[in-house]
Amino acid sequence: MIKLEKLSKVFETPGGGSVIAADQVSMEVPEGEICVLLGPSGCGKTTTLKMINGLIQKTSGKIWVAGCDTDEQDPVQLRRSIGYVIQQIGLFPNMTIEDNICVVPDLLGWDKTKSRRRAGELLELVNLDPGIFLKRYPKELSGGQQQRVGVIRALAADPPVLLMDEPFGAIDPINRAVIQDEFLKMQTELRKTIAFVSHDIDEAIKMADKIAIFKDGVLEQYDSPDDLLARPANDFIASFLGQDRTLKRLSLLQVQDVMFGDQVRVMARDDLEKARGLMREVGHKNIVMVGPRGRARGYLHLNDILDSTGKVEEHYQGLPATVNIRDDLRSAVSKMFRHDTTWLVCVDDEGFFKGSITQRAISHALGATYRDSDVATGAAAEAL
Amino acid sequence: METLVFIGQNLDVIAERTVQHVSIVGVAIGLAILTGVPIGILITLNARAASIVLYVAAIIITIPSIALFGLMIPILSLIGQGVGYLPAVIAVLLYSQLPIIRNTYTAISNVDPALREAARGLGMTPSQRLRRVEIPLAIPVVMAGVRIAVVMNIGITAIAAYIGAGGLGVFIARGISQSDPRQLITGALFVSLLAIVSDYFLMWLQRRLTPASSSSRAAGPSELG
Repeated sequence: MIKLEKLSKVFETPGGGSVIAADQVSMEVPEGEICVLLGPSGCGKTTTLKMINGLIQKTSGKIWVAGCDTDEQDPVQLRRSIGYVIQQIGLFPNMTIEDNICVVPDLLGWDKTKSRRRAGELLELVNLDPGIFLKRYPKELSGGQQQRVGVIRALAADPPVLLMDEPFGAIDPINRAVIQDEFLKMQTELRKTIAFVSHDIDEAIKMADKIAIFKDGVLEQYDSPDDLLARPANDFIASFLGQDRTLKRLSLLQVQDVMFGDQVRVMARDDLEKARGLMREVGHKNIVMVGPRGRARGYLHLNDILDSTGKVEEHYQGLPATVNIRDDLRSAVSKMFRHDTTWLVCVDDEGFFKGSITQRAISHALGATYRDSDVATGAAAEAL
Repeated sequence: METLVFIGQNLDVIAERTVQHVSIVGVAIGLAILTGVPIGILITLNARAASIVLYVAAIIITIPSIALFGLMIPILSLIGQGVGYLPAVIAVLLYSQLPIIRNTYTAISNVDPALREAARGLGMTPSQRLRRVEIPLAIPVVMAGVRIAVVMNIGITAIAAYIGAGGLGVFIARGISQSDPRQLITGALFVSLLAIVSDYFLMWLQRRLTPASSSSRAAGPSELG
């Protein structure tokens, strides 16, 4: 747990003036959560982070890390008990990867064979082969590999709290996404309490359990990504999150959160009459045809079969696209646009038919938090 | 040809004076490292002190060596050491300060600030930071300063023959005063040889002391991604 109470930092400028870098910041990062400190440059987010491990001396206020008041701890001991990752990675070029990972355990005087074994385990955790990398020097690694080592170095002494200062900022976008995913996967097991500085809103939305938005040293809003995007507290936050902030919420919601759990279906050998009856019964204009075990195979449109007779298998059309129920809404919408359709069939990993999702349901879901109503799924069926 | 004969006949004297020469330079450079490196590290803490120290060291190096020897005679005569070994060592010690202090200062203050921050953030004390990170990274540059100092002072020590310090400079001094080209060439030749051999030895030592990462061992990124 990290808790800040009325934390302030005033820098004296050479001209005799002063700059308030952090102004009465109070917040709490609950155990096992990632809190992203977000804001434009010079907003005080990095200053706030560095006050936590004492790299910057606070002017006033209180900080608790893992239940202890940091004023009562020796700053050097405090830093050894907190993991620290920086954007520039900062691996020591004169040490092997193994020695770099073991810096903190060595400072703490841990048994060398134990810490070296742990270095190997940690490398495996980030998909780097210990046999290859332990004895190498940082220069021999690519940027992405170096930052993976930078992250596990912070984890080497198993600290409960991690501070990360734009850790993935210097990595190319493709590798950044990979490392973010790896890190989130690690975090689901490790459950560290993490304060994470970023200036990238998309990164914040992806990584954060909670986002703290700073402006001119003031903590403007501290909320979950969804609440933040849905209810920005003021104009600054709204404009910082961007005109497309509602669209950004698409990546926070999964298809299964919004889909119409429609179980109405026909099989290949059913009569068209039955299909028409089912569609009229539930008021849909489309119906999905499933295979013998329930996999989505195709669909019928009511207008196409109004006057037809025969079996479903003689008239059905193939599905232009399906969407996995665990995909985010962003990829669902992207598929809809690509195939110029207003609805998609939702399937699970094995391709079994699970429901349908419509553009109206999505726009309703995005609007729902604004209106605080939960009618999204009610309207979902209308477009079907 | 005459010179080669002279060398052949005087190998024992050459060896003796080479040892004298090396002992003056070796002792003085050793002391210079012991003083210059800590001074170079200390002045990284204060920009004003750094500029003063570097300025003074630069002034010292501009004093002609023969004048420095002359200046030291009355001073060191007070303890009965006006001429000979001691003033030679002191002169070399003073001349070595600039390259060693300046290179140490530059090397330490050029250590990547990100590394310093990482070291602090991981919980190193200032002295651990110095020992584990800053000094190991500074060694190649400090060694380059030592090499400059050694080569330069092998030449200066040759002049110390005039104040009775011995060394290979004696051949040169006598060669001039006795108009004997054999001695003159022998002295010049062996001073140059000593400088070249020392430089190569120190270059080898520098490579040995350089962290493996910054030497030729470092390959490019072995894998992209």
